[in-house]
Amino acid sequence: MTRWTRKDLLGLEELSEKEIRLVLETARSFKEISARPIKKVPTLRGKTVVNLFFEPSTRTRVSFELAAKRLSADAMHIAVQGSSLAKGETLKDMARNIEAMKVDILVMRHPSPGSCHLLARSLKSSVVNAGDGSHEHPTQGLLDMMTIQEKKGKLEGLKVSIIGDILHSRVARSNLWGLLKLGAEVTLCGPKTLLPVECGRLNARTTCDLEEAIAGADVLNILRVQLERQQGCLFPSIREYAQKFCITPERLRKAKKDLLILHPGPMNRGVEIAPEVADGPYSVILDQVTNGVAVRMAVLFLVSQVNRAKEERDEVSV
Amino acid sequence: MKFLFKGGRVIDPKNKRDERCDLLVERGKIVQVGKHLSPNGSQVIDADGLWVVPGLMDMHVHLRQPGREDKETILTGSRAAAKGGFTSVLPMANTDPVVDNRGAVEFLLSEAKRVGLVNVFPVAAVTKGLKGEELSEIGELASVGCVALSDDGKPIHNAKLMRHALEYAAMFGLPIIAHEQDPSLFEGGVMHEGYTSTVLGLRGIPSVCESIMVARDIELVKFVGGKVHFAHVSSERSIELIREAKRQGLAVTCETAPHYFSLTDKDISCFDANFKMNPPLRSEEDVEAVKKALKDGTIDCIATDHAPHTEQEKDTEFDAAPFGIIGLESSLGLCLSLVHTGVLTPSELVSRMSLAPATLLGLPKGTLSIGMDADITVIDPDETWTLRSEDFESKSKNSPFVGRTLKGRAKITMVSGRIVMKDGKITKGD
Repeated sequence: MTRWTRKDLLGLEELSEKEIRLVLETARSFKEISARPIKKVPTLRGKTVVNLFFEPSTRTRVSFELAAKRLSADAMHIAVQGSSLAKGETLKDMARNIEAMKVDILVMRHPSPGSCHLLARSLKSSVVNAGDGSHEHPTQGLLDMMTIQEKKGKLEGLKVSIIGDILHSRVARSNLWGLLKLGAEVTLCGPKTLLPVECGRLNARTTCDLEEAIAGADVLNILRVQLERQQGCLFPSIREYAQKFCITPERLRKAKKDLLILHPGPMNRGVEIAPEVADGPYSVILDQVTNGVAVRMAVLFLVSQVNRAKEERDEVSV
Repeated sequence: MKFLFKGGRVIDPKNKRDERCDLLVERGKIVQVGKHLSPNGSQVIDADGLWVVPGLMDMHVHLRQPGREDKETILTGSRAAAKGGFTSVLPMANTDPVVDNRGAVEFLLSEAKRVGLVNVFPVAAVTKGLKGEELSEIGELASVGCVALSDDGKPIHNAKLMRHALEYAAMFGLPIIAHEQDPSLFEGGVMHEGYTSTVLGLRGIPSVCESIMVARDIELVKFVGGKVHFAHVSSERSIELIREAKRQGLAVTCETAPHYFSLTDKDISCFDANFKMNPPLRSEEDVEAVKKALKDGTIDCIATDHAPHTEQEKDTEFDAAPFGIIGLESSLGLCLSLVHTGVLTPSELVSRMSLAPATLLGLPKGTLSIGMDADITVIDPDETWTLRSEDFESKSKNSPFVGRTLKGRAKITMVSGRIVMKDGKITKGD
């Protein structure tokens, strides 16, 4: 059995296949807790989890908060408007102050890639990345994989197409690393301007042809079009994006009959995904959300065990 | 005071000398170079096994004074230069206030004189306040000692303004040092656009951002004349354009910095902002092109773009950190690796670090000819040492090379016949 040895969860790129499987297995065992009438276990009683969010979020924030509470940890949320630097305080100082209040786990979302790495390096508390700019969103990648595995029974050999704004998507990156490590075949599809440069070197197929991405795919993971990141020149209009890239029932006519449709949310209905598809038989979008809580419980549990083991060792040595 | 450098390998590309001989300094000047010179009452410096070369010149540094004395001052920057083997530096004009007027130039010169370590040759702003709107009083700036013009840090976007700056500066023989970067292609970027930026999710700065402006300014030089010196060239395509322009006989020159042949964008994987500079670290192909161009002379010289920043500014989110790294104290060690790996001959390296910048700026430096100021650097090319943060003379420590073991370093820095650094210690004695 693999042991979890990481204080932090920063991304899926650096995890091994075994570590990813361990999180997914742990998440499966935690999932049942949320289905009980009394949705609480004492696993993390006495631990403190702080959500430090520099970007607005509903789903991820609530999901982490519920995950912590269902494990009996004390959870609180701090929403920071804009950059901490605006107030003159550096991110590190802010995090150190929070740590000084003896917080065990810091869950952070931040617009800057690598910001969680910065904190992980300088804090003793565990740091969990809840999305760092366009870099990674590891718990989203994990919950997507959990959902696929649950429905398909496996990930090996599955054809997964990630469709949309790959350039700005941390979800795409985390999915890519995780899926490749677990043996899936990945296709990245989007308009040329939203495919990052040299993404051909990522061990994934890349294409601008939506039909090609749909044909033979077992899973479509449809990304949100991030209107706020388009800088005015990446595609002409929402209208044209929808015309060319919206996943509609017509476009799915030639798709596999047991196709799964994933979307990390929040959806722009009628832009990247047609309402009939979002609510249709292929859609597992709400299963993703359910699994999100289980995955986050697993992650909070696993990282907390590392510092706990260390604390116990320290006590012994005293 | 007389000094006799005894038995060193005297490398003087201007006079095509690279041989073991002696060199005599008297009253601040080089008075004799040859074999078996007699001490004759001079202080003898045993240079056996060492190189004796014309003082190194770094034509691109930021000394931050006035305005950001928390990062660097003329004193600490001069100490860093002396420690790194540099006898002359050219501070860029992007201080606060900007060096765009006589008063600012006179302050720099008088402060440098008071410090009394290395030669400081001011670079003045092309445009008032670096705003890219109106020309500075270039004629007066030239008359009070500016040796070049640059809006470094704030590239000149307006092609018409650049045209007239070239025409006007040409009357005074001053080159314009151009930081080439197209504003729209640059916008928001923090690292080289390539595979690594794709993986890290950091916004990319494509190499065409640089080369497109290099192309523009080559066209302008071709059209109106004048002299352009391209600062810190980083990309293969820029180099190709410059090589072609030189072949056509246009008055263009360029520099690169040690990091552009020592590191690539791959080194940024840990999000350490000490690897963040502008232009950004580029690909392996670019690094190879830089080395090749240093060899064939397309790249005239090596300058550090020494850019001090405080620790709190750099130890932050990669996006938020300012661009730039310090370079004065690591440059020679990194540059010597070009010799150790066979890219450059010792004479070529000395040319890139001393003769070439002096020549392109029209300064009477960079040679060991008789009668020249005794600006001399003595180098142990083989000493291995480790660059340590606590050893920096610079006020700032923002270097990606901390912890790296380098081969070769400056042992003595002499400016106008005065030893300002010996064995790593800054001295002001004569």
